[in-house]
Amino acid sequence: MAPVLETVGLVKRFGGIAATNDVSLRIEKGARHALIGPNGAGKTTIINLLTGILRPTSGKILLDNEDITAIEPHQRVHRGIARTFQINQLFGELTPIETIGLAVSERMGTGRHWWRLVGRKPEVIDDVVALIEQFRLTDVMYHPTAILPYGKQRLLEIAVAIACRPRVLLLDEPAAGVPDAERHEILATVEALPKDVTVLLIEHDMDIVFSFADHISVLVNGALFTEGKPDEVARDPRVKAVYLGEAIDV
Amino acid sequence: MLTILFDGVAYGMLLFVLACGLAVTLGLMNFVNLAHGSFAMAGGYVTLILVNRQGVPFFAALPMAFLVSAALGALFERTLYVHVYRKPHLDQVLFTIGLVFMSVAAVDYVMGSQQQYIQLPAMLQGPVNLFGINARKYALLIIVICGLLTVALQLTLSHTRFGSRLRAAVDDPRVASGLGIHVNGVFAVTFAVGSGLAGLGGALGAEILGLDPTFPLKFMIYFLIVVTVGGTSSITGPFFASLLLGIGDVAGKYYVPKFGAFIIYTIMIVVLIWRPQGLFARATAR
Amino acid sequence: MAQPLTNEIARYLAARVRWHPLEIAFWLAALASIFLLTNKHLILTEIAVLALFALSLDLILGYSGIISLGHAAYFGFGGYVAGLLAKHGIVTEPVLALIVSGLAAAVLGFVTSFLVLRGSDLTRLMVTLGVSLVLREIANQLDWLTGGADGLQGVVLAPVLGLFPFDIAGHVAYVYSLIVLFVMFLLARRIVNSPFGLSLRSLKGNPLRASAIGIPVNGRLVAIYTVAAAYAGVAGALLTQTTQFVSLDVFSFERSADVMLALVIGGTGYLYGGLIGSILFKLMQDYIANLTPQYWQFWIGLVLVLLVLVGRDRMTNWTTPIRGLFARIGPRGDHLAEGAQAPAADRP
Repeated sequence: MAPVLETVGLVKRFGGIAATNDVSLRIEKGARHALIGPNGAGKTTIINLLTGILRPTSGKILLDNEDITAIEPHQRVHRGIARTFQINQLFGELTPIETIGLAVSERMGTGRHWWRLVGRKPEVIDDVVALIEQFRLTDVMYHPTAILPYGKQRLLEIAVAIACRPRVLLLDEPAAGVPDAERHEILATVEALPKDVTVLLIEHDMDIVFSFADHISVLVNGALFTEGKPDEVARDPRVKAVYLGEAIDV
Repeated sequence: MLTILFDGVAYGMLLFVLACGLAVTLGLMNFVNLAHGSFAMAGGYVTLILVNRQGVPFFAALPMAFLVSAALGALFERTLYVHVYRKPHLDQVLFTIGLVFMSVAAVDYVMGSQQQYIQLPAMLQGPVNLFGINARKYALLIIVICGLLTVALQLTLSHTRFGSRLRAAVDDPRVASGLGIHVNGVFAVTFAVGSGLAGLGGALGAEILGLDPTFPLKFMIYFLIVVTVGGTSSITGPFFASLLLGIGDVAGKYYVPKFGAFIIYTIMIVVLIWRPQGLFARATAR
Repeated sequence: MAQPLTNEIARYLAARVRWHPLEIAFWLAALASIFLLTNKHLILTEIAVLALFALSLDLILGYSGIISLGHAAYFGFGGYVAGLLAKHGIVTEPVLALIVSGLAAAVLGFVTSFLVLRGSDLTRLMVTLGVSLVLREIANQLDWLTGGADGLQGVVLAPVLGLFPFDIAGHVAYVYSLIVLFVMFLLARRIVNSPFGLSLRSLKGNPLRASAIGIPVNGRLVAIYTVAAAYAGVAGALLTQTTQFVSLDVFSFERSADVMLALVIGGTGYLYGGLIGSILFKLMQDYIANLTPQYWQFWIGLVLVLLVLVGRDRMTNWTTPIRGLFARIGPRGDHLAEGAQAPAADRP
């Protein structure tokens, strides 16, 4: 089966350093694919390359066999790739309704309409409502994002990405920075993502990785170290060595 | 033609001395000081008063211009500017525009609005024959003084402890202060010196650029262009940018008088299309 | 379950864009000024022109985060186009000339918009300033066309819509300017309350996130810059038409600085800031100019310095109740906290 997202020999150099070193990833459709590795391995760089924020020094990126390497970031969203950021990137002054509404209307192609007032398209609002409820943001939906508790902001971060109805969702440490009390909500949300959405997950928390992922790639120093099914990777002594004593419980 | 080149080099070096303070403070504190020209103007008028009204010799008045402008810079920096460092760029712009307006009106009130001329000593007036080039003595003076200043600046930056602290702070203020470098102190000194140099440039430049209360407004764009084209990560960038602009402007105004004034703007636009971070800036994003 | 929520949200969004009583009061007061302040129409016309100019700056500065030091470029361009249209009889009817001038300024805005897309704040400052100075120099050099430093002479305006000739007392000019301002305001209000306008606010706050949800950031910036240029051009044309004169100072840096001050006094990002600020600015300018006609620039500079030192955010807190009333009343009567806001491009 052809992978839905694929990189071919992806390289990214900054000066003399190869942050991404000849990475060839294959992500299958519907997969729950985790990308793990020690700090500084270049995981976020890969996400930035996949989404177009960074241009690769060489190599290709293929979405459903289409070469998207030269395509602008905002256009990749329309092609079906969405991402969340490791540190929340939201619109502080906008409310969750407006934030999600923006993503939905961009997706529906009505985002550039300057002659229509916001809130006049029922199909947009329906979609926004569905997402607000799905992500349990109903009680805070009228508040400016900046005053929301961090856990709610994190949920919004994921909600916004889902609002783009992506084929491939790139989650960059979704539970990062979230207080313990609110973590389970994030994780439950990630678990409940629709099965037809392919998910590439960057995570440090091995509990999440092993409960969620069906395939793991290990990145070390910008290069693919090893990959395989979770139990294969967990048993691999080299992986444990690379993490230097970080216990990996299966 | 060589005369034009000579004049252009003189003009460029003058621009450099005027603008280098702005380049360094911008690179150091990411602070947009549109009032930089006001310090230059101060130096010009101080020299005017000393030379024309007090009979102080020209060469003695020049260091005074430097000192007065540096003192003014230090004063304003410690009392006013320091409150504005953390504010967003828009506020810095509004603040310094306000200072410009105040300085222009104040000088207009005190000195009058007409363009004034410093009485140059006789030995600086007239032409001189330099290796066959027909040059003005005054242009030669500018090249000599500004050249010496540039060398002194470069030596200070590369061979003194203050210089290395300054370079470190420009490169990365957070890391520098983590290393124990007192970044605010470095900035205060740099600001004062930069203002002093601007004042000296204003004094030297009065003859070529003209001296009237609207000086800071007229030349604001020139300083900005030097800094933007030259980048803020070194002083060699602004140096070559100034030369480029100086020669381009003088040559342009001589060969195509109708459009000469546009040369500078054209260079600016072309450079910004080609390399938005400046011709000589390093890739480190700011 | 979803249906009531959908309705509630739809009502909430509709309430947000509904005309607030204060807005209606504002425009009724403006209407009343035609009849009640008949001896002040000359300065009121100046206010209306500045208000439109400030409105155009708010579109790019307040809503989109582009700091421009040279917005007068488009103001002046529109002004000269209008002057030349009138002087040479190319388009004699003022409203039509106004539209043509606006379109011309839009073209100029579009062509120069790419310059503000790239680079840092400093680059934008410099580039926008440079553009206005280039235009000033062009107008200076083409003195056979523009009258150069003396200004464009012989600008004679035909009656508005063929029916209302401009009178010496400036009554027609004021009503004309006010109507133009109102119409342009309505359009701007539509734009900022549209999905497009919302996307502008998003890319001002976080362009990275905006492009990550599919918003073409550069495309939107070009679009709003062009629109703002058109607005500025109409304002400049209005000035020319109501004063029957235009000269090089329409391109001056002082003009760009003055409009920025007017907008900042009133507050950015809610459209009425430019209008209110223009009233305050003109009144202040008038008052100071009466005291010290030659050195009023000093006091304007002082106002700027104090404004920044006191803190624009404290000024914003002063306008927050007003701003809150205009923009933010939700269905449950919540005044959504304007005070609790995250950093945006022009806030620390």
